[in-house]
Amino acid sequence: MAIADIRQRPGVVLGAAILLHVILISAQVNTAAGIPVLQVVTFGAFSEVQRGTMAVISGVRGVWSGYVALQQVQEENAALKQELQSLQVRLQQERAEAQRTDNLRQLLELRDRAHLDTVAAEVIAGPANPDFQTITVDKGTSESIANDMAVISPAGVVGRVILPSGRAAKVQLLIDANAAAGAMIERTRVQGVVTGVGDGTLKMQYVPGTADVKTGDLVVTSGIDGIYPKGFVIGIIDHADRGVGAYREIVIRPAVDFSRLEEVLVVRTPPASRAAAEEPAK
Amino acid sequence: MRSAAALAAILVAIAVQTTLAGFIFRGSSAAIDIVLIVVVYVAIKSGPVTGLLAGTIAGLIQDALSSSILGIGGLAKTMVGFLAGLLGAQFIVTAPLPRFLLLMVATGLHEGIFMGLYTVLNLRQFSETVGSMVGEAFGNAFVGVVAFQLIEWLPGFVDRRRAGRPLKR
Repeated sequence: MAIADIRQRPGVVLGAAILLHVILISAQVNTAAGIPVLQVVTFGAFSEVQRGTMAVISGVRGVWSGYVALQQVQEENAALKQELQSLQVRLQQERAEAQRTDNLRQLLELRDRAHLDTVAAEVIAGPANPDFQTITVDKGTSESIANDMAVISPAGVVGRVILPSGRAAKVQLLIDANAAAGAMIERTRVQGVVTGVGDGTLKMQYVPGTADVKTGDLVVTSGIDGIYPKGFVIGIIDHADRGVGAYREIVIRPAVDFSRLEEVLVVRTPPASRAAAEEPAK
Repeated sequence: MRSAAALAAILVAIAVQTTLAGFIFRGSSAAIDIVLIVVVYVAIKSGPVTGLLAGTIAGLIQDALSSSILGIGGLAKTMVGFLAGLLGAQFIVTAPLPRFLLLMVATGLHEGIFMGLYTVLNLRQFSETVGSMVGEAFGNAFVGVVAFQLIEWLPGFVDRRRAGRPLKR
């Protein structure tokens, strides 16, 4: 039955016979590289099979990993999110640390530049009452900090010590309504008194109406108050009016951003004027 | 039964080819391939499948007995057996002339495949290809036609001799 069936399909038998012969010949004949043709052809054919098999396996693996194994991915995703949050927190810490380092570096530069006996202090608290612009620093009498010592920052004058304790001190900011400092306009050397307004700005008083004052002029400490060393920046004149009396009304924009104070320097060296005043007493 | 006879004929042809042919055709430029003639005869008598199987077996045995690449002669004779069987099934090839032509074509095809494969595979170079091929084709055709006629004429001749002989009392 099978033989009769084969006889009806001579093409199939011929193909099989040719294939048999080709295989036989290939097994005995070498290519130019000296490798048997059968080996080359077999390798080539099976490499295609392997390629196809690998494609199928890769496809199945892709479907598996892309769809079926999503549960594991979900867990991994949750873990990664947690790790990301942790890293974001750490990044913020690092940024804060870098900012703090930068602030400290600026303080250090200021101390070297000012040639004053200073001590660095960290702001540990803000004003307890919104009507009084004060801060608390972490250095006190144990660091030889005393009343009326000037407090400065790289940007400019901050205020003065009004209440030192053993390991902390309260500092009255220059923008407080009760604060004042001897000042002068750097460009014209016109002197006056800078006082706090209470709303975050300063005003300069007792400047004659004939004085040469321009918006944008830099105002620095004059040193005559016996608290603040001479030449430190207070702020920039925002606008200057004629005023009703003999003096001008000058509004100053502070150089220091009091809302972002973190580190300050407490000047332990008394100004020359006070030193001179204290000298006879000794 | 027919397959067994074909196989036996092939074996006899190979035996004759390897033993007697060297004596019979010694000194002749024509190389007679008795095995090829048998394959063609089996093919035209039994059809393409038997023909190609006969060619495969005969060719492989010939290759195995010679120092050639196993399969090249087999492939050539397979193609010849198939083609001869196909032509035998499609056309009437009982007369001597068609058989002569068929044997010539078969020889040409066989030699073409045989030499072609050897040349393509860079295994051997052939000189005087056409001349030797034509000579072999004529030789195979002549011997084949004579052999076919004898094979088909002899059994009838014996019967006729027996029928014409007077009965012994």
